[in-house]
Amino acid sequence: MAQFRLPENSKIRPGKTYKAAADAKDVRSFRIYRFDPESGATPSVDTYEVDMGKCGPMVLDALIKIKNEIDPTLTFRRSCREGICGSCAMNIDGVNTLACTRASSEVKGDVKIYPLPHMPVIKDLVPDLTNFYAQYASVKPWLQTRTPAPPDSERLQSKEDQEKIDRPSACILCACCSTSCPSYWWNSDRYLGPAALLAAHRWIIDTRDEATGERLDALEDPFRLYRCHTIMNCAEACPKDLNPAKAIADIKKMIAERQH
Amino acid sequence: MSLQSPLSKVLGRGSAKNGVGHWWAQRVTASALILLTGWFVIELLTLPGLDYGSVAAWVHAPLSAVLLSLLVGTLVYHSQLGVQVVVEDYVASKGVKVLTMLVVNFVHVLLGALGVFAVLRVAFGAAV
Repeated sequence: MAQFRLPENSKIRPGKTYKAAADAKDVRSFRIYRFDPESGATPSVDTYEVDMGKCGPMVLDALIKIKNEIDPTLTFRRSCREGICGSCAMNIDGVNTLACTRASSEVKGDVKIYPLPHMPVIKDLVPDLTNFYAQYASVKPWLQTRTPAPPDSERLQSKEDQEKIDRPSACILCACCSTSCPSYWWNSDRYLGPAALLAAHRWIIDTRDEATGERLDALEDPFRLYRCHTIMNCAEACPKDLNPAKAIADIKKMIAERQH
Repeated sequence: MSLQSPLSKVLGRGSAKNGVGHWWAQRVTASALILLTGWFVIELLTLPGLDYGSVAAWVHAPLSAVLLSLLVGTLVYHSQLGVQVVVEDYVASKGVKVLTMLVVNFVHVLLGALGVFAVLRVAFGAAV
């Protein structure tokens, strides 16, 4: 059966509280999921009080401040701090998003931070994305052609055709969409998930690509594609405002149309 | 411990090369059900009475009997398609999944046969 209850080793116990300095003026509590595989203990939620008067506006600023000044063992991924690398994707206040583009002030009450849902946790806020990346690789996210490229120029594409793939090309593979999808939670071993399907669609509609049929063949599967039940969490979660649900609907339409 | 590569796990046995038939059938039966249930509700509301006599007289009409049978058949088919998705979503274990699907399919076919038989029995004027 699909697993609805947390396994024993995932049950969360109360954690430590790190108080703010006595002279702190604008104090906010960050309640953060902690898990250390080497301790043998179950996960906990630690509370860090941060003086917002001495902290940058974004949730990532607070995380870096906590790591630098309060608790160096806090573990998370981050890189570009401007929403283009997708490293700091996590669940903030119940929503999958990027810590670097979500302002702490957007959250009411304590700021609750968990790793992306329903993924194996490596440590603290770092999920294991191995399967997610393998799914991306499985849709062959590169140009496939039989016609040789012109010897003296690049492969040409009209402006209108390029515009069709501009938006989906902006996907940063942060995994916010796939890990917000209940269908992906239950069947991520067989359902490719919104991120991989958005990427597949980007190559299916690329007019320079000559493997459209093979790409559709590879997706026509009750689990790989048709586990999407248009729940739309993916479109809601995407920090880049992309719409994987629409791309998936379009793939289903294209497969249906080629039959008649 | 498995040393299989993550990509190999994802690729698995490849695409089943179906799913579109199910997807399309679900939409065709849904469209048919909009028409058939609309007709059914309007007919019920405009019947002179809901006692056995008035309803039996209505079912005696060839068009009513045919459309009622279609309604039962379409409803059962649509339901089977939907329940199949629920089972595929939530039942992960292979053996249990096959067994559940068998039971689900048998129950749906049985319900459909019973429903159509009931309609025809009234339509062909069996004794009360």
